[in-house]
Amino acid sequence: MIEAAFFYLFAAVMLGAGLMVVVSRNPVFSVLFLILAFFNAAGLFVLIGAEFIAMLLVVVYVGAVAVLFLFVVMMLDINFAEMRAGFQKYLPLGLIVGGILVFELVAAIYGDAFSGATLPAMPEISNTRALGNELYTKYLYLFQIAGLILLVAMIGAISLTMRRRSGVRRQVISEQNMRRREDSVEVIDVPVGAAARTVHTVPPSKREG
Amino acid sequence: MLELSLNHYLAVSAVLFALGTFGIFLNRKNVITILMSIELMLLAVNINMVAFSAYNGDLEGQIFSLFILTVAAAEAAIGLAILVVFFRNRGSIAVEDVNMMKG
Repeated sequence: MIEAAFFYLFAAVMLGAGLMVVVSRNPVFSVLFLILAFFNAAGLFVLIGAEFIAMLLVVVYVGAVAVLFLFVVMMLDINFAEMRAGFQKYLPLGLIVGGILVFELVAAIYGDAFSGATLPAMPEISNTRALGNELYTKYLYLFQIAGLILLVAMIGAISLTMRRRSGVRRQVISEQNMRRREDSVEVIDVPVGAAARTVHTVPPSKREG
Repeated sequence: MLELSLNHYLAVSAVLFALGTFGIFLNRKNVITILMSIELMLLAVNINMVAFSAYNGDLEGQIFSLFILTVAAAEAAIGLAILVVFFRNRGSIAVEDVNMMKG
């Protein structure tokens, strides 16, 4: 009973937030509504007994992906009002396609196929522990490949967005370490009265002749 | 109606998936909103996976949804990086401008 009430609460807020993501005028609001939708999806997952995925959703999606979106939206200087031109034009087509999709999916669901299914009793061990038991034994290789995918994505994102700007003086540590005393300091035996004649501004190693 | 069943979760995820599709149609010019719509669709798929997994008493669906989460995070990172590079080169993120490779 109370479970059903919470289900309807989470589902309603999630779908409302999803709609606002799509139709919101300002992309910053879109991202914030996306975060709301993710939180409510996490609530749904807790309700169904998948606590680990719920917490992962909060950590990965809200903590990383949504914040990434927020950064990008705020970093790019774009006139978003201009982007909404054609919003009205595509509205009917989008409504038709979305409506057909909902109709098909719901028609497929509300057959007799799944109506008899009931939630099985909670197992003895916790959800997180059961997932760990499966993930680190049966799916070990897939788990490592998932890590590899994340590594490739990280390297790709860094190498895509890195750029060399001219006119920026960077610290080159290897050059600093390679520097020797002879390259930078020179002891000159200056005869009396000849000091003002030669002024060395170039280090001895780079000097010609 | 007050007794929760698998159908409830499937219906919610179906509506969420359709919302994602709707968003892609609606925001044809704004790549950021399209990426967010894709995230919504992936979330709907995750809800489907977890619902089936819970009602079948089989954890494999949840493990699969974990991998979907991984791929979604990687996709968002790469997509946004491409977006930033594109904006740096062209000064806009309009989808119509993305035709440099057309020749």
